[in-house]
Order: sequence, then C-alpha cells, then structure tokens
Amino acid sequence: MLIELRDICKTFGPVRANAGISLAVPPASVLGILGENGAGKSTLMKILSGFQPPDSGSIIIDGEAATIRSPADALARGIGMLHQDPLDFPPLRLIDDLILGSRGPLRPDRKKAAREFRELAVRFDFDLDHEAYVDSLTVGERQQLEILRLLWLGARALILDEPTTGISLPQKQKLFATIRLLADEGMTVLFVSHKLEDVESLCDRAVVLRQGALVGSSEPPFDTKRLVELMFGKEVPQTPRYKIPCGETVLAARGLCLESLRLQIKDLDLEVYAGEVVGLAGMEGSGQAIFLASCAGLERAVAGSVCLDETDMTSRSHHDFKREGVAYLPAARLEEGLVPGLSLEDHFILAEGKRGLFIDRREAEREAVSRIASYNIKGRPDSPVESLSGGNQQRALLALLRDKLSLILVEHPTRGLDIESTIYIWSKLKERCSQGTAIVFISSDLDEILQYSDRVLVFFAGRVSPPLSAEDLGVEELGRLIGGKGWERFEASATAETAEASHV
Amino acid sequence: MSDSRALKPLFQGAAVVLALGLTTLVLLATKAPPLAAYVNIARGAVGTVSVALDVLVAWVPLLLVTSGLLVTFTVGLWNIGIEGQITFGAIFATWALRSFQGGAASGAIDPALAIALSVLAGMAGGALWAMLVGALKTFGGVNEIFGGLGLNYVATALNLWLIFGPWKRPGVASMSGTVPFDKALWLPTINEQSRFAPIAVVLALVAIAVVFALIQGTYFGLRLKAVGKNPKAAYLLGIPTWQYTMASFAICGILAGLAGAVQVTSVYHRLIPSISSGYGYMGLMVSMLVNFSAAVAAPVALFFAALNVGSIQLPITLKLDSSLAGVLQGTLVLFVILAEGARMRFMKKGGRKA
Repeated sequence: MLIELRDICKTFGPVRANAGISLAVPPASVLGILGENGAGKSTLMKILSGFQPPDSGSIIIDGEAATIRSPADALARGIGMLHQDPLDFPPLRLIDDLILGSRGPLRPDRKKAAREFRELAVRFDFDLDHEAYVDSLTVGERQQLEILRLLWLGARALILDEPTTGISLPQKQKLFATIRLLADEGMTVLFVSHKLEDVESLCDRAVVLRQGALVGSSEPPFDTKRLVELMFGKEVPQTPRYKIPCGETVLAARGLCLESLRLQIKDLDLEVYAGEVVGLAGMEGSGQAIFLASCAGLERAVAGSVCLDETDMTSRSHHDFKREGVAYLPAARLEEGLVPGLSLEDHFILAEGKRGLFIDRREAEREAVSRIASYNIKGRPDSPVESLSGGNQQRALLALLRDKLSLILVEHPTRGLDIESTIYIWSKLKERCSQGTAIVFISSDLDEILQYSDRVLVFFAGRVSPPLSAEDLGVEELGRLIGGKGWERFEASATAETAEASHV
Repeated sequence: MSDSRALKPLFQGAAVVLALGLTTLVLLATKAPPLAAYVNIARGAVGTVSVALDVLVAWVPLLLVTSGLLVTFTVGLWNIGIEGQITFGAIFATWALRSFQGGAASGAIDPALAIALSVLAGMAGGALWAMLVGALKTFGGVNEIFGGLGLNYVATALNLWLIFGPWKRPGVASMSGTVPFDKALWLPTINEQSRFAPIAVVLALVAIAVVFALIQGTYFGLRLKAVGKNPKAAYLLGIPTWQYTMASFAICGILAGLAGAVQVTSVYHRLIPSISSGYGYMGLMVSMLVNFSAAVAAPVALFFAALNVGSIQLPITLKLDSSLAGVLQGTLVLFVILAEGARMRFMKKGGRKA
C-alpha cells in the first residue's frame, strides 16, 4: 500500500501541531518518524489512523484520495495503528479481544478465529494462548496480540507508536524481526520513535519532525549527529549563566529504587544543594517524572531513602514534605495544579492554608491583587483559573508558593509558554535560588535544560546518568544521551568503581 | 459568552413548558382533564390553611435533606445513601424516646430535654450511617453510590425488624409502626390536630442558612469546593482530602438524621416502616434542579412539597393517582438538566463558529 500525505495541517488553539506536512511511504518499507515530544508525530499518526481529522490537506492511498473518518474506517482501508498503550480489553480472553473488532455475523465463529490466530502466532513465533486473559500478558505480549489482531483484520499498513517502550530486549528483537518480515512481504510500516538506535537499526528511511514541520529525511547509513541536530535544532550559543554559590544539602536520595508499570529505576543517588538548579532530561516517560514525584512524597520508593535536610522522609506523605518546605508544581496545570471553577482569589486563600471559620473576603482580595501584581498575572482576583492563558496559569502556580521554601520541584516549567513568559518564570525561579531554595525540574526542551541547570541528570528507559555539569554538556551530547546513545561510558566508570571497591 | 448566559432563562423557561407539556400528555393519555388536575393540585396545596400547613410539614424534611445533600454535592459526591441516613436518624431518635418514656412519665426527666436529646440522637444516627458510606469509600474503595444504595436496604431491613421484632406493638406487630409515644414527648405543634411544629420549620431554615454560609463564606466550604472540583490539585494545595470527604458525609448525615428525628417526633410520633417517605430521593431531585446551589433551594423545595401535598386529593376528586406529582417533578428535573445540556452544546457550536 502506498500512503501519501499531502500538506497536512492541524492546529490546536494557538499550537500548530502539523504545519503542512507532506510525506510518501512506499509499500514494502519501514519509515522511521523521529522527533522530540510535541514535534507533531502523534498528531500526524492520529490523522492517518482516523482518530482526528486534519484541518486541511489530503491522504492518498494507492493513488486514490481517501477520507478517513474513524479508526474503524482506517482499518477497513487496511491501516492499523499499534498504540503506545495497547488498546485492548484486559478483562477479556485473547480470542474475544481478537473477535471484538471484526465485522462478522451476529455469532462469531470462534473456532475459525482461534485456528487463524494460532496460524498467525506460529508464523511470527509468538507464544500466545488464545484462551488466556489479556491482563495476564506483559506489555510486549499485548503488543504482539495487537499486531496479530491488526493483521487478522486485514491491515496492509501498520503504524507503530513508540513500540519499544516498556518491553524487554528479546521481545524487542522479536518485534523487529516481525516488522522486517512484514515489510519484506509488502507491508507499509510507519515506525514512530524517539530512540535513534531503534530507527537506525530497523528503518529503510527516516524523517524528522520538529515543531510541526518535516525538517529533514535521511537514509541508511544514518548520520546520528545530523539526526540529533534535526531533532533538537542547531546548537544555540549559551547565554551567560550567573552562578549561585551552592549551600548545604537540601535533598538527598540514596539508593532510591522506583517502579512503574513500564520501567524500573535502580539505585539512584543524588544530593541537591541549596540554591542549585538540577535539570532532569529525557524523553517523556523515561523515569524522571516518578523520580520527581518521589522527591515530593507523591510516589513510594520500592527501596532506598529520601532525606530532606537530613530528616528521613521516606514513605512520608506529600503534606509532610510540604511542611518541610517542599513545593511540587505539576505539568498538567489545570488538571493537577489548579482547581477549575475557582477564582485566583480562592486559590490564594486555599494556598495560604489559614485556620479560621469565615473568610475575610476584603482582605483576601487585597492579598490577591498584590500577588497578581507582583507575579504579573493577566487576570483579576475573580477570574476563574481556567480562563487564564497557559503562561498566566503557570505564573499563578508560582504565586501560590509559600514565601520560605527549601526545595521547588517543577515539571515542565515553561511548556507551551511564549518567550516572554518563559523568561519571566525563570527569573522568578532564579530569584528563589538566590534566597537559598533549590530547584529540580523536568524539561524536554534541551536548551532550557542546558541554560538554567547547574547540573543535569539524563533519564533513558529508567537508566539514570550520574549528575553532569551543564556547562560541559553540549546540546548534541545531551541529545545523544536522551536518544539512548553514548551510555557505555557511565557503565564503564561504574564497573571501574565497583572493581576499585572490591579491591579495597 | 455573555450571549449564552442571557439565553439561560430562555432554556429554563422552555424546560418548564416542556415538563408541563409532557405531564399534560400523560394526563390526556389517561383521559383525565389536565386543567382540572392542575387546579386540583393548586387547591390541594394552598386552598385552606390546614393544607398550606401540611405543605410546610412536608417542606421541613425535604429542605433538611436538600441542605445536607448540597454539602456532599459540593465535595463531588452522590450521596444516594441519604434515604438510609434518614431512616437511621429516625431509628436512633425512636430508641432515645423509648428509653426516656418512663423517665418523662414519672417526672424524672424534663420532656423538653428528652425531646432535644432524642433529636440529637437522631442526628448522631444519621451521621453514623453516612460516615459508614464515607469509610467504605475512603478505605474500602467502594463507590459512594453503591455503598449508599446497599446501606439503604440494610437500614430499611433493620427498621422493619425493629418494628416487627423488639419494638412491636403489644399483642400483634403491625405495618402501622410502633406504639405512639406519650403526648409529652411530641414536638410541640400549633394545635392538637395539626402536625405543624414551628420549631421544625425554624430548624430547617437554620440548616439551609448554615449550609449556605458554610459553602459561601468559610474556609471549610472553599476547601470542600476545591476537593469536589479537583481532588488532585486540592491535595497538592495542602488540603487533607479524605478528611474533608468524611466531614461532608458527617454533615449530610447529621441533617438527614435530623429529618428522620423530626418525622418521628413531630409527624408520626412513632417509627413506621416507610419513615423516610422518599424525601431523600426527592432531595436529590431538588439539588439537581437548583444546580447544587443553596441560594434557591428553599423555595424550590417548598414548590416540590406543595406538589406532593397538593396531589393527595387527586384520587378522591379526579380518580387519579397521587403519583402525578412525581411525574411532574421528575419531568421537570429531566427537562431542566436536558435544557442545560442543550445550552452547552449550543454554546460550543456558537464558539466554534466564532
């Protein structure tokens, strides 16, 4: 199947997710689609698989213009999408999960379906029992099930969205072998990933998206340096950083082990000093978010300890952390940080945490007016927070922080904000640093990581680099680490350390 | 935005017209004269002083449970268990009154004090039953709708067991309930025949006023709202969310228990099988109709009480079942919510074009 995308545009409010993307994918090939978070990969794939319509542009399948109205419509045309989180039915048996999506008679022929399922499984060497329940499978096996399901339903083109996240190495090898086999048989494959290595080892061609546009394409042998440049942009000259002398240890994580459904972090050690900024880099879902949450008492550690100012806070609640002067600013401002339906003034009252019965509204309004002014928020005390722009919501979150804090943990402090707000937010954060507050933040913007951090931790699939000095780190090297390249040197030094330790 | 807000009364007016229209259709389908039926209801509710006072008697429990439900709705909870909480309040009040009966007769305890303590016992009973729902939700992961519904049946069963078992009338147990209390233990009414107790009306008005002030003007109310609208953000803002959930259940239970106690002490003077009389579910309807705001709850509850009392005469005068009031109430709530949904869609479409 030859898939052509012509001038696809899609905007969400002010964000241009796809700004005129044209692309052709020939049959019997694997096309890699690279790009950092928010580059527009997912939007493009959702358009192709019928999840959302484009604002403009056309999809041409085998030379014929196609309007894809829904995912079922896409599948009927032979386009199947394998989602990052498998879209299956955990409480069902595999065979029922398979039959569910088929357009068959009222009474499906389970025997026939089971036979066909077994044949497919044998062909790809998948060890799946069709009478087992979906929730008994690993993420990798659920992926295999989903591939078989799409093939069984007659897919001739496959879109795979970040398929190597959360699966084991043998499963990954099997997945790649399967993809190769399918492509050789004539399947059109679109492979969306941010892992350079995966794309390099599997794809016949790779295109890079950046800020909604197709910025380049490359064929094997791939030039990693160039791909990184394309993904993250050219290296920008560093603005001079003003260094704040670091104080005592504010936060100490020792031998921290964390687990989520998809990944494990083992033995993470980090000390954060007063007045310091630590940036956590990595593709989304590489473990940095659960680490940040564990520093705020929002995520339980499997092993290891978290100490604040030498007080052991392991497995204490977030409110205990709050009392010790830790603030946590979530990335989903309106979903987790603010209360839609309440006004700015209400938020200031809540954040103050005053005891008492009746609210003195006049005083609350005075306080709100002064905070709004000092944080330069475009809004009034009675403005509902959901009516504010993203930048103003972020300013409001900062304005809610208490005056004396030892540690601020921020997820994506400037995501979706314009330059002016970005600079403002960081000037406020740096102001805190000069008062001795330490900041640990997550960002997928490499420039932001390098510009504002003193030290950087890189996360990749649950692996964590040792703290790296931001000054000595270039965009390209950081990009390579985020893409999973160049990690050997940490391992080498780690083994050397262990060797040394065993000598002593 | 301002346009659509101006449209709100229009949509609500349309809802009322549609509700009346549908009820009229139901009447026509049963070959009953619609106009006569409506006139009958109106006359049955305000035709004489006596029926007007009956409306107030029905208003009291309805307003009490609505006040309570507004608190649980503020924190985002569907307290379906309200019926059981009324029943439990009634059971606790009855238990207290029964134990004070001897003392009041011999003069060992002041009847007024006995009544007051019994009402407090009723409030404690309602709170207990509500907090059980809350505990199931907080610690057991049982959705408050399922927990509440289940506990409603438990409360009803317990009530029946008491009436036909330990508290049965001497001789033969009866659906008409337990033995009536001494007159000394009745909540004082304006005269011998009437069931209208001014104190009860005062209690109900105080309840809605307190709930209004609580939600509008206090730190507690603002935190409840925050928990209801976004528990995650509320938690990050430092609000102990589950404690606030429990507190809202307790408050609602206290008011539901009070309603049950009032039914026992001033209306029936005994425990009867259907002591909650469906006021809990009706309170849910009133809460939805007033869009969960305490400001207009009192008049709307009064209107619902009037519809209920007004339709009592229908079977006699027009050979219609008195459930007609329920038809009108139900369709009214449905159409008002539907109108709000339609308005939202209308707004969204308008916004997309702009």
